Amino acid sequence: MNLMEIFGMTALEIGKMIKERKISSPEVTRAYIEQIEKKDPQLNSFVSVCVDEAVKKAEEVQSRLDSGEELSALAGVPAAIKDNICTKDINTTCSSKMLESFKPPYNACVMERLEAAGAVILGKTNMDEFAMGGSTETSYFGPTKNPFDRERVPGGSSGGSAAAVAAGLAPYALGSDTGGSIRQPCSFCGVSGIKPTYGGVSRYGLVAFASSLDQIGPIGKDIKDCAEVLSVISGHDGRDSTSVRNAEYDFSDSFNEGIKGLKIGIPTNYYGEGLDPEVREAVLAAAETLKTLGAELYEFEMPIIEYAVPAYYIVACAEAGSNLSRYDGIKYGYRSDKGESLYDVFCNSRSEGFGMEVKRRIMLGSFVLSSGYYDAYYKKGLQTRRLIKDSFNSAFEKCDMILSPVAPTTAFRLGENVSDPLKMYLGDIYTVSVNLAGIPAVSVPCGFDGKGLPIGMQLIGQTFSEAKLVKAAFNYQMNTDHHKRAYEIMKGGVL
Amino acid sequence: MTIDNKLIEYLEELSRLRLTEEEKEKAKADLSSIINYVDKLNELDTENTEAMSHPFDYTNNFRKDEAGSSFDRELILMNAPQKKNGCFRVPKTVE
Repeated sequence: MNLMEIFGMTALEIGKMIKERKISSPEVTRAYIEQIEKKDPQLNSFVSVCVDEAVKKAEEVQSRLDSGEELSALAGVPAAIKDNICTKDINTTCSSKMLESFKPPYNACVMERLEAAGAVILGKTNMDEFAMGGSTETSYFGPTKNPFDRERVPGGSSGGSAAAVAAGLAPYALGSDTGGSIRQPCSFCGVSGIKPTYGGVSRYGLVAFASSLDQIGPIGKDIKDCAEVLSVISGHDGRDSTSVRNAEYDFSDSFNEGIKGLKIGIPTNYYGEGLDPEVREAVLAAAETLKTLGAELYEFEMPIIEYAVPAYYIVACAEAGSNLSRYDGIKYGYRSDKGESLYDVFCNSRSEGFGMEVKRRIMLGSFVLSSGYYDAYYKKGLQTRRLIKDSFNSAFEKCDMILSPVAPTTAFRLGENVSDPLKMYLGDIYTVSVNLAGIPAVSVPCGFDGKGLPIGMQLIGQTFSEAKLVKAAFNYQMNTDHHKRAYEIMKGGVL
Repeated sequence: MTIDNKLIEYLEELSRLRLTEEEKEKAKADLSSIINYVDKLNELDTENTEAMSHPFDYTNNFRKDEAGSSFDRELILMNAPQKKNGCFRVPKTVE
């Protein structure tokens, strides 16, 4: 076998080869590390690469397998981890100067679960600073480039994770999604991802951005990989008080059932003004494909979506401002050497340690929570959140899931939106409402535009309906090849 | 609404941030345009809508009152920018 072939394989395919002794975990791991060293300078998808630790870990997992230990289907398969997920003794920077040299003294819950499943960590991936952004351009370590066109962004904030999986630099990756940060980069990079139901995956050890919206989720070459990873990392954890009990995922039927009779809602107002015509065409073509596979399409209106972005930025910034007050330059993180008083140390450390987008959101959070503006903004945002949730609830009385675009456009140019925050925020129109409602959604490739850039579609479902969403996405991927073409295009040119 | 110097300085204080003059001008313009956009929510009638701060209606989630182990002091201090005698070091806070 040509070792290069593994870069085009799914995590489950690699896991199977390791189990069948066709290749060993250290061989796979070394090959990926070499590939990262060779190709990543062009992409900047990794903030740090765990060269020695990864190979050591792979040898350890291999010997566990050799001694006959039963491990998961992902045992020995390497993975990339977004750099806001705490990894014991491995720098966790959130792509910020503030945490540039922070080494967590503990593992996030998802890392413990990956470890128990026999995963091998290749490194930590680049992101928008503290996950605030949709392009990975706000990273202190410089932007990640889209592997389809290096003049363009990979999306964000999990841009490094999506770019790495797309370019064959990691079989799968973890990202986090507060307002679309898994789904939108998946769409821009032609890979698949899941934003789980709020409470499905423990947030213990995820550096907090907006605690009532944040969820960790998988990014992979196809939806089957994502479901496997989600099975491993999900489940109740007492250290996250919002972790849901007795809500284990069961994907066993997702891969052997058809979708006959599945009711898919098409909110017609999602497909109106502001949506790129090529994206509209691709997503509606996907709807037709799902229909030929037996699904029933149901058109309806969901006008509340227009208010999702303003409600989201109020809620997310209020929570971010509160969460990020912990960065004071005293206990960990960057400390300014300027200033005499404690107050000076706080202000100077924060002013020098945070980038402009983070500062903007903290100040916006301070504004909506300040006395005099609280009712008009924060409370209004929370009331709108209720209306959005109610609107989804009534939609799901009529359909099993909703099909929508992930983003209004394909990947935009580096620098194109970065100086206009409002323009950047408006790109989140299709994703943020899902986080406000706490419901799950999957993002899968559904075509390419005239420039050869991937287009993604999103399936949104009711609380803990991931198995159903995965079933629909799996049936779609079994009957289309957009997710496979993505890697073929990549291999053929850009890198 | 427009964000003036007074408000931006108040937000800096609340946020424990100090912006340069250039950053301040940019922040004023950006925050004004974002807040004007957010004002769109006023079109919605929320008179009788209950605020929703969380995706689910959570009740208190208590754990058993059992003693557990804490992190080792040295381990936690490893990330401290300045430390002394097993403590975080800060500038003098009381006269």
